[in-house]
Amino acid sequence: MSDGFWIFLTILGQCLLVVVAVLISLAFLLYMDRKVCAAVQLRRGPNVVGPFGLLQSFADFLKFVAKEIVIPAGADRVVFILAPLMTFVLATIAWVAVPFADGWVISDLNVGILYLFAISSLGVYGVIMGGWAANSKYPFLGGLRSAAQMVSYEVSIGFVIVCVLLMVGSLNLSDIVRAQDGYGVFSWFFIKQPVMFIVFFISALAETNRPPFDLPEAESELVAGYQVEYSSTPYLLFMIGEYMNIVMMCALTTILFFGGWLSPFGVGHGLFWFVLKVVFFFFMFSMVKAIVPRYRYDQLMRLGWKCFLPLSLAFVIITAGAMKLTGAQPWTYTEAAHEIGRGIGPDPRIETPAEPTTTLAQES
Amino acid sequence: MIQALAFYMFAITAVIAGTLVVFARNPVHSVLWLILSFFATAGLFVLMGAEFLAMLLMIIYVGAVAVLFLFVVMMLDVDFAELRGRVAQYLPLGLAIGVILIIQLSIGFAAWSEGPTVGPVAAADNTTNAHELGAVVYTKYVYAFQASGLILLVAMIGAIVLTLRTRDGVKKQDVLAQMYRDPKTAVELKDVRPGQSL
Repeated sequence: MSDGFWIFLTILGQCLLVVVAVLISLAFLLYMDRKVCAAVQLRRGPNVVGPFGLLQSFADFLKFVAKEIVIPAGADRVVFILAPLMTFVLATIAWVAVPFADGWVISDLNVGILYLFAISSLGVYGVIMGGWAANSKYPFLGGLRSAAQMVSYEVSIGFVIVCVLLMVGSLNLSDIVRAQDGYGVFSWFFIKQPVMFIVFFISALAETNRPPFDLPEAESELVAGYQVEYSSTPYLLFMIGEYMNIVMMCALTTILFFGGWLSPFGVGHGLFWFVLKVVFFFFMFSMVKAIVPRYRYDQLMRLGWKCFLPLSLAFVIITAGAMKLTGAQPWTYTEAAHEIGRGIGPDPRIETPAEPTTTLAQES
Repeated sequence: MIQALAFYMFAITAVIAGTLVVFARNPVHSVLWLILSFFATAGLFVLMGAEFLAMLLMIIYVGAVAVLFLFVVMMLDVDFAELRGRVAQYLPLGLAIGVILIIQLSIGFAAWSEGPTVGPVAAADNTTNAHELGAVVYTKYVYAFQASGLILLVAMIGAIVLTLRTRDGVKKQDVLAQMYRDPKTAVELKDVRPGQSL
């Protein structure tokens, strides 16, 4: 009993550590987002609170929390409050499966990538529920748009993940990173799957409702989409949840295509590289937000269904066909995987005895 | 001990949520309860060591099917209070369906309790859920697997055929035509005199 209690306490401590670390880094990533956007538009950006405006996010946080929560009269109160909570909680629990460095993961799930995929596909509920519960036109339209958009782009994300999994042979996120170990930057999967990397990056933008795909909250058409009726802390939860999903997608890009915690030089792997890559991808997200104009809704749907879906489907077949033709094995079947105890199936290091095909004939 | 606790938690949640799907007054709330019962079922799968099935349940049912339900229920303008008023009218039909379902389930469970026809195959030590499933689905049950894929394809084509309609005079963006336009055909230089229009 006491053993179980200590394990429980350890896991609780790890969860708290990760959540606090992610939330604090999120405050500075938000600041970075605004600064990058300002730099592109030749503005200064936030520069008043703290040195260089570094504490701006914390000031915003205090402001949000101190305001009054307004619930519209015709709203479904329970669902209205539940929606932002759901967005925030789902965005937070996704981090449980993310390997920050070798072995630095709260839950080393064997179905880690499916877990992240499932959690990110649940993110749509917060948006739909928020849009519906407010009982008002613009939030409802925003919610419907968002539902269609997120479901559409999930499909191509799924096929991109299948392409990577074909080469890894395991659904474990740590294994996906370990499979990219070898010749430094040259064994990362974005070299082998450049097209799928681009499809994944753009789909990640659409999945997280980021510009140029921020149709659910297009301010020129829908005011603020599903967030119109939200104020104070519920709005803050929506915003934090959304940004956490963005950072999550950056982490997923890093893990799937850019070797997670692996260093580009082949030596000195660690947390530093993971954080650096995630921040780099967040920078790319900010640049896209600042530079690319918003898509029209029919263009968005065409890109998802008529362009990305056939492309990613074709690449699943191409990847599988190429592996079959060249006789390449998934990583988990190779010697390297068996060496560190992550292999699956027969161990190629052990000489399997030749099948006794002649014994039957001899016996009879 | 913790496993038993988790089991009862998930099981009770699933049963209560399942009941509330039927009894909730608001159809949107019904769908939300349905999602909760899916969640609890996924938890039960995890407890049984079938984490792959649990994740598939989450992705397919919660992430896609239930979203569609929610979508449809929100868009439909059905007066559920009126439907509820006519419960007595539909009661015999509902009871008949319920009885048939119970009989089918009991037949199924009775046959199953006699003992499975094929015993469970012990998995090798270093394989995971997904590999074991794949090893069976793509070899032993490959025809059933292909047949289910074919059924889904037919359903997909059917849905497209049902909703496809062509209208005249609709303005659409033709990307290819746009890309093949060049300045020679699209741009024209006109000399406009001051005070005159074209």
